[in-house]
Amino acid sequence: MTSPLSEFWGHFRRNRGAVLGLFIVLALSFVAIFAEFVAPYDPAEQFRDFVLLPPAWIEGGNWAFPLGTDDIGRDMLSRLVHGARLSLFIGLLVVTLSLVVGVALGLLAGFYGGTSDTLIARFMDILLALPSLLLAIVVAAILGPGLVNAAIAVSVVIVPHYARLTRASVMAERGREYVTAARLAGASDARLMLVTILPNCAAPLIVQATLGFSTAILDAAALGFLGLGAQPPTPEWGTMLSSSLQFLQRAWWVVTFPGLSILITVLAFNLMGDGLRDALDPKLKR
Amino acid sequence: MLKFIATRIALLIPTFLGVTLLAFFLIRLVPGDPIEVRLGERGIDPARLEEMRAQLGLNKPLLEQYADYLTGVLTGDLGKSLITQTPVLHEFAELFPATIELSLCAILFALIIGLPAGVLAAVKRGGPLDHGVMAASLTGYSMPIFWWGLLLILLFSVILGWTPVSGRLSAAYYVEPVTGFLPIDSWMSEEEGAFLDALHHLVLPSIVLGTIPLAVIARMTRSSMLEVLGEDYIRTARAKGLGLFRIVGLHALRNAMIPVVTVIGLQVGTLLAGAILTETIFAWPGIGKWLIESINRRDYPALQGGVLLIACVVMLVNLVVDLLYGLLNPRIRHAK
Repeated sequence: MTSPLSEFWGHFRRNRGAVLGLFIVLALSFVAIFAEFVAPYDPAEQFRDFVLLPPAWIEGGNWAFPLGTDDIGRDMLSRLVHGARLSLFIGLLVVTLSLVVGVALGLLAGFYGGTSDTLIARFMDILLALPSLLLAIVVAAILGPGLVNAAIAVSVVIVPHYARLTRASVMAERGREYVTAARLAGASDARLMLVTILPNCAAPLIVQATLGFSTAILDAAALGFLGLGAQPPTPEWGTMLSSSLQFLQRAWWVVTFPGLSILITVLAFNLMGDGLRDALDPKLKR
Repeated sequence: MLKFIATRIALLIPTFLGVTLLAFFLIRLVPGDPIEVRLGERGIDPARLEEMRAQLGLNKPLLEQYADYLTGVLTGDLGKSLITQTPVLHEFAELFPATIELSLCAILFALIIGLPAGVLAAVKRGGPLDHGVMAASLTGYSMPIFWWGLLLILLFSVILGWTPVSGRLSAAYYVEPVTGFLPIDSWMSEEEGAFLDALHHLVLPSIVLGTIPLAVIARMTRSSMLEVLGEDYIRTARAKGLGLFRIVGLHALRNAMIPVVTVIGLQVGTLLAGAILTETIFAWPGIGKWLIESINRRDYPALQGGVLLIACVVMLVNLVVDLLYGLLNPRIRHAK
């Protein structure tokens, strides 16, 4: 007899891409948590004698700054390491915020149906009528630029996805026998929603939450790039990119590495999400 | 069928009203008094402020203000840009062709590469080609396109010098806008070489904007194709001894295309969102760049109008996709 967890791990392990994704995410988390110890310097420290130094393996590079320095002599590696912390923080904040709000709305809409369902579903339709990044831009414009505001803006964009997913699963579960049994046993509405039904809707939500990390990191970086997210000198990857645009021709590394970091992180979460989907939901397996 | 169309259109009305509400409140939620924002100064004489409020209808109850706004929207009055003082609708109409042109080229690029790649991956399932296509597709899907655009500019424009860095047309040419679509206008104009120059400018932005749709289309084509290839009629075709090319080209592809068409329709939102980034990087004079400039210049009426118009475009395209899908698939049309 295998436990559900070991069965899940058995499925997940077979997907090599997913394991690679998980490995990268774990490594990134380690780097993010221990950024102060991993990074060789403070991300804001300026080495005025070493401005726009190329990566160490290129002529003129210096192993004291493995990935080179930016236009005011800050160590690229240290900034990228601290950027990892910011990106994962944004991801976590966005997924938590949007998951809590989205699941609550989806539960209410799916469980009660009727007017509350119509209202919530319509509201979500309105949010979905706007292209995701445009909505985030509008919200960021209202709230003003900043890291946390960018995270809130991206959360608003993602909420409808969780709400819809939860609503659909709740509606499918609502009429099942075990729900009726719990209701007859005298369970309150809140208990029925949160304790009885919600755990049975968890699988698609876990998958969506993992993929939500990649959307969050990508969109927050895009906001940073457009000047509506984190502001310089914050070492957020998108912000780093936009503030080094003018050095594109002279110093490719100040543009290449932040973007590469975004790509690798987003890719890792997408790989992991795909693997989770296959392992948790055999129906979706192709 | 008529009933199906009517229901779909009726469903759109509350969403449309909701979007107008969103756009209406957008300008009120933005920090700062609308008048002060409009005049770009603070601490105006109170009497003058009151006068201006009355002039703009800002002293009326909120509901009445919204009714006024909605009437304006329905008659095509979306307000004036604070900076240029031209009607927002006019500015939008002038810039929108550039965005459509870019988006069409992007989706064309995505289709030309994505469809064959998806079909090949499905036919050679599990092989190195399949793995390659899937890995590339996942990478494309995860791509921060603003960075991708910069890398392509660095390689093709700066280092190799093959393509122009930015813009829609070199300064050496002037083409009178007739349709607003530069390839068409330049083709018809007298300017020698302008047409090729316009196409030249389109290449990199189209690749950048088309990257994510390309990834989605390749993935979708592959999975849809795999499903169709498992059907009975394909087995029959195989049993009849038909060649692989004939089976895939004649029988499978047509049926596999239905979900792919839907996905292409749903990419419109992705394209418009991506256009904001792509146009900013390439200084492409479309609505994406215009929106970002409006934000940076605090031109909120322009932003408000632009948001509403883009939402309308997305809703209309989704409606058309919905209707087309109903046309293709009777099961959807007759479903309650």
